[in-house]
Order: sequence, then C-alpha cells, then structure tokens
Amino acid sequence: MTHWIILPIVLPAFLAPFIVLAARYHIGIQRVFSVAGVLALIGLAASLVWQVSDGSVIYYRLSNWAAPFGIVLVGDRLSTLMVLLTAVLALFVLLYAIGSDWDKRGRNFHALFQFQLMGILGAFLTGDIFNLFVFFEILLIASYGLMIHAGGNERLRAGVQYVLFNLIGSTLFLFALGALYAETGTLNMADLAVRVQGVGPEETAGIRIAAVLLLLVFAIKAAVVPLHFWLPSSYAEAPAPVAALFAIMTKVGAYAIIRVYTMIFPPELEATAGLFGVWLLPAALVSLAIGMIGVLAARKLDRLIAFSIIGSMGMVMIAISLFTPEGIAAALYYIVHSTLAGAALFLIADLVRTGRGNLDLTAQPPMAGTYMTAGLFFVGAIAMAGLPPLSGFLGKLLVLDASYDSALMVWVWAIVLGASLISVVGFARAGSVVFWKALGTPETAPVEGTQRPSTLSYAAVGGLFALLIAHTVFAGKVHGYTTEIAAELFAHDTYLSTVLDTPGKLSDAKEGDH
Amino acid sequence: MELLVASAIGVLTTAGVYLTLRLRTFPVILGMSLLTYAVNVFLFASGRLTIGAPPILSDGATTYTDPLPQALVLTAIVISFGMTAVVVMISLGAYLGSDDDHVDDPIEAAGSEVRK
Repeated sequence: MTHWIILPIVLPAFLAPFIVLAARYHIGIQRVFSVAGVLALIGLAASLVWQVSDGSVIYYRLSNWAAPFGIVLVGDRLSTLMVLLTAVLALFVLLYAIGSDWDKRGRNFHALFQFQLMGILGAFLTGDIFNLFVFFEILLIASYGLMIHAGGNERLRAGVQYVLFNLIGSTLFLFALGALYAETGTLNMADLAVRVQGVGPEETAGIRIAAVLLLLVFAIKAAVVPLHFWLPSSYAEAPAPVAALFAIMTKVGAYAIIRVYTMIFPPELEATAGLFGVWLLPAALVSLAIGMIGVLAARKLDRLIAFSIIGSMGMVMIAISLFTPEGIAAALYYIVHSTLAGAALFLIADLVRTGRGNLDLTAQPPMAGTYMTAGLFFVGAIAMAGLPPLSGFLGKLLVLDASYDSALMVWVWAIVLGASLISVVGFARAGSVVFWKALGTPETAPVEGTQRPSTLSYAAVGGLFALLIAHTVFAGKVHGYTTEIAAELFAHDTYLSTVLDTPGKLSDAKEGDH
Repeated sequence: MELLVASAIGVLTTAGVYLTLRLRTFPVILGMSLLTYAVNVFLFASGRLTIGAPPILSDGATTYTDPLPQALVLTAIVISFGMTAVVVMISLGAYLGSDDDHVDDPIEAAGSEVRK
C-alpha cells in the first residue's frame, strides 16, 4: 500500500487554506502556488495512470482500517484516467483565468479552485459511496463560491437556482444511501457489489428504490433531460474559466453512473434490469436532441455553448446506456473529447466578450483580436459539432458503431445524425453572425472596457486544442486503452479482491481490553 | 414506534417537497430544510430503531445499536447546515441586488432579451 493515491486529495486540501491564510492579499503568490499545485497534480495523476496501466488496482486504507469498515481510496484505470483529465484541464483553465485576470475580479478564486479540484479528484478516487457523497458536497460548495465569483445580479440569481437544484440532488443522494444501507448494511462499493448480488428476489424493493434514486442524482449532475434545467443559466452566467472547469463536473455524474452501475447494480442484476434500456437511453436521446436544438435557438453565445454541453452529455449517456463494453469504451473516448472541447468553447466565448463587451448573436463591428478568436471558434465548433477531422467525429463514429446491435439502433442513428446536422447549422449561424457579418458592419467607437485578449488567454485555449488534436491523432491508442478499461469494468474481480481481500487493521484490542 | 418515525419522515418530506415547489426563495429554503430533517431521520432509522442500547462496546450491555448511521447523520447534519447557510447568503445577495426573490428567471428579462 503506497501513499501516492491520497496525495491528489491532500495536496489541494492543504494548498487552499495556505492560499487563504498566507497569501490572501498577494495575487502573484496565489497564482504561483496555484499553478505549481496543479502542475504537481498533473505529475501525480500521470504517475497514478502509469502505476495502474498494467491492469492492477491501487488502493489506500485510511488509518489502515480493513475494507468494509474503514474508508478506502481506490485507483483503477478508469478513475486515474479521469484524475489525469481533470488535472490537465485545470492547468489550462487556470492559465486562462490568470491570463484574462478573471482571478482578480473577486476574492479567493485560487483557494476555491483548489477546493474544487480536491472535491472532483476525491469523487473519482473514493471507493466508498458515502465518501462519494461527501466529495460531491465538497466540489459543490466550492463550485457555489466559484459560480458567483466576481458577483453581479444576474450571476447571483443563476447561482441561487444552481445551489437549490444541487441541494435537492444532495438530499436525494442521502435518501438513496439510507435505503442502500438499510438493505445491505454496508457503504463500501466493493462490498456493496457482493452484497447486492445476495439480496433475495422478494426483498428487492429497497435496492430498486436506491438504484433509481442514485440514477436520478447522477443524472442531475450529468444534466440529462429532464433534469438539465439548472445547466444553461448557471453555466452561461458563471465566469468563463469556472464554466470551463465545470465541463468536468457533468462528467463526474457520468463517471459515477459508470462506476455504480457496472459494479453495484450491473446490467445482469435482475432487480434493476431495464433501468438503462427503458429509461436512460430514451432520456439520453432526448438530451442530445434538445441540446442541439438549443444550440440552434440560442440568442447568446454562452447559452449556445451551454446547450451544446447538454447535447454532448446526451451523446455520452447514449453510449453509456447501451451498457456494453463497446458502449462504455466509446463513452470514455467521447468524455475526454467533450470535456476538452466544451472547456475550450467556454473560454472562446470569453475571448469574444473581452473583445466586444457582450455575447449577443447580432452583427456588430469587428472586435479586438477578431481573426484569432474567429479561427479558434471555428476549430472549437468543428470539435463540438463532431465534424472531421477532430476527435468529436471519431467519438461519434464509435458511439454509432457501438449502438449497432441495440434494439433502438434506428433511433440512435437517426437522432445522433440529425442532431449533428442541427448543431452544424447552429454553430455555423453563430459563427457567421458574430465573426463574418462583423466585417460588413460599419465601424463604431469601441465599447468601453473592451480590449484585445492577452496572449496567455490565447495560449490556454490553444493548449486545449493541442490536446484535442493529440486525442485525435492517437485515437487508436486512446480507444484501445478505453476498451481495456471497459473490459475491466465488466469483469471487476481484481477491484473486488484488491479491496476486500487484502488484510488491514480490524481492531487495536490489546490484552486487558474487551 | 416504527409507524411514528415513518409517518414523521413522510410528513416532513411531503411538506418539504410542497415548499420547494414554491416560487420564492424563502419557502424554497424552508422546504429544503424540512427535506434535510426528513433525510436525517431517515438515515438514522436506516440502522434499525433500538431503544436504550449503547452504540459502542460497554460493560453489561447485551444489545447494541448500529453506530454507523449515527456517524452518517452527524456528517449529513453538518453538511446540510453549512449548505443552508450558503444558500441563505447567496439568495439574500440576489434579493438585495435585484429587489426580487423569485427563484425562476423574471419574465421581463426574457422579454428584454427578445428586444435586443
């Protein structure tokens, strides 16, 4: 048992209070420590990925208590991949926040950012479902602070909606955990996997309620229709770097669904069979359709991108709800793609806002730095709409291929291809109105407060695109890796035996005690 | 006792759900608080209800109550307490800023967006 795996949680947990306590009034020091922390996280995440790349599972028992009794952190290929994705995304988002001075517009941006990372990484690494709830709350409470960073009435109003919606989600999560504990008497995910199998066919009421409630909670996080209403206004009103970081938050929901429903309630479990084919797949299809129609209908660029996030989550959920190894492999490939593309698009929207002061989709005179921004938007739109040559196209192809044997195959193909067309039209409309028509609009005096975005801002967006291109070029390798992850998820014996069978401390009883 | 606890959870949840569906922030926050009370009692009951039994090893005790839900409830109480404080502060800020405590988006704002 090594201590490496807890470091991605401990490092931001110590860095955040340090930034608040010691560097409160020195934005320069905050920036240095924040970036250094994220760089260290990338190193840690890469070493974790390397450690588990041979298919082994690393684990960490807190205080060394044996598995079902103590809390465990578990790193397998899925969770370490998500940790690495989060850390890399965080670096570019942070660079953008520094380059665009977003972190100066309110207090404690960097501390909240670190707490947010702690929550997200903890949610990926924990092996205990109550602990998952706790990390959800940590990432949420940090996100509440980040969401209303820099203030403003519109932002506060959107923040209230966001907080209330997530509070309801947390309450449902607790109800689900209570039901699960009452039925099985354990909250360790590996132990739950074993015990849920042993529940008799006539006693499944509690298990089924817990399974459906958990799916609802994770679907709220993943913004699956009809639980997506919180997303458009909160992502659109959130500060751009925060919205870009939130691109990983919807994926936390997707990760939780993959983890819980391959391990605790696997598709072959009779009590919860049909949950995916009957409910999740149609909901995912509707999400994709609504998201892309929203792209076409949006009147502002930030709403448009928020709806494209809903659409891309719909695509992820379609692939997940097929619940075959091919489907999960495609979903994981697409998750990496849509996180990077969504984050980049939110940052590009902020480049537009910096250049011309608003995000309305109307023809306005050319903004500062219009050619560079237009070029980046073009690449981002191609990635998000899923056109060749970028990875969105490959991801979509993989999803379509995985759905080939599904009963709803016709629906999947029709909606995925139709939604792609609608999103291409939507993005083309937005791009031509914002960038192209600008050239024919007479010049006026520039709006107060607009300026050319800084080079570091462009570099951060460019970095995300470089990752997307690498994700496309090495698609074969990445997809091979996600296929191995999917196979491991469906045959999770290594995970179970690593967590449950390695001896740990059971009791410290000495002679003379009870 | 089971009946009493179960109906208490049911009443709290019903009132909580009703209040969270209201349009203004204050009833919604009250509803959220009722829901968290309900879930706390529910979690507490998930370890089965036992009267007068100690949760940790004690001399002369023959039956024990499950200590884990008590720890879980403690965590849940602390978290929900903090979250309620946060949501009260944010909604107070939103109310003072825009002089309106509705949870949904105002219709005027949507109209002005059309006019732009």
